[in-house]
Amino acid sequence: MIQTILQSLLGGVLIGAATAGLLLVNGRIAGISGIFGEATALRPGLWRWAFLAGLVGAGAAASLAGLAAPQALQAEGFGLLAVSGLLVGVGTRFSGGCTSGHGVCGLANLSPRSLSATATFMAVAALVVFVTHHLLPAHAQLSLAARP
Amino acid sequence: MKVLTAAVFGALFGLGLIVSGMTDPARVLGFLDVAGAWNPALAFVMGGAVLTALPAFAIARRRRVSLMGEPIGLPDRRTVNARLLIGAAIFGVGWGLVGICPGPGLVLLGQNPLRAGVFVAAIAVGAWIARLREPAAAGAGLAATGARN
Repeated sequence: MIQTILQSLLGGVLIGAATAGLLLVNGRIAGISGIFGEATALRPGLWRWAFLAGLVGAGAAASLAGLAAPQALQAEGFGLLAVSGLLVGVGTRFSGGCTSGHGVCGLANLSPRSLSATATFMAVAALVVFVTHHLLPAHAQLSLAARP
Repeated sequence: MKVLTAAVFGALFGLGLIVSGMTDPARVLGFLDVAGAWNPALAFVMGGAVLTALPAFAIARRRRVSLMGEPIGLPDRRTVNARLLIGAAIFGVGWGLVGICPGPGLVLLGQNPLRAGVFVAAIAVGAWIARLREPAAAGAGLAATGARN
């Protein structure tokens, strides 16, 4: 447990350092849904594609180093992945941010707007997990990821 | 140069997501499962990230110019409206269903291109659908920030 917490903390510090770097060096907010949304809408700004390539590259490097994708992803159904991604895309576009944009950048920027968004998506996500894990046992067979 | 630094910060961000466990949907759902075997570890991810980024935002609010001479665009901090809360709730449903948010989804693209690819492509489609319902003023604002490159 202590090791997990230390890893979480170290990972968090790395995420925070990357966020601070992109802000102070490039003058940009490290909100992933925003960067991805603008890049895929083909807005000018090669830096967005470079940032996204860095993210994907980190995963590819981990894969080359022998770290396979988590079992929970490998066992996940395509239908649920598509539905989830669709909701994530619509929701983050409406609210103007995701876990990084509102959860990390917004909170670090002491933004009441981002605090409201973060509290909302955390509470709703926890509610969804409660429903799928404790009220709908059938769902657990649908998805291995639903069983932590 | 700013393309290079953006790539480096993207890779650092991705490394942080992997190290922290955020790319493991089972770990994320374990954190969100407050009524079950709650795993609080991911609270330390957000805590560590926010505390590390906190001084950078304090500097940015005063300087407003980046080290590379770019203007620092800080988002609106005040507006709390239905659009924000409904959007956050829809995102929460999507996140709670599978346990992947956009950053980890992109990192996982490098580890399992097929499954993460479906997820990431669906995000793009969802964002595209949401853009159709964007007020003209917001569209103009985004176009203005997009023009600064």
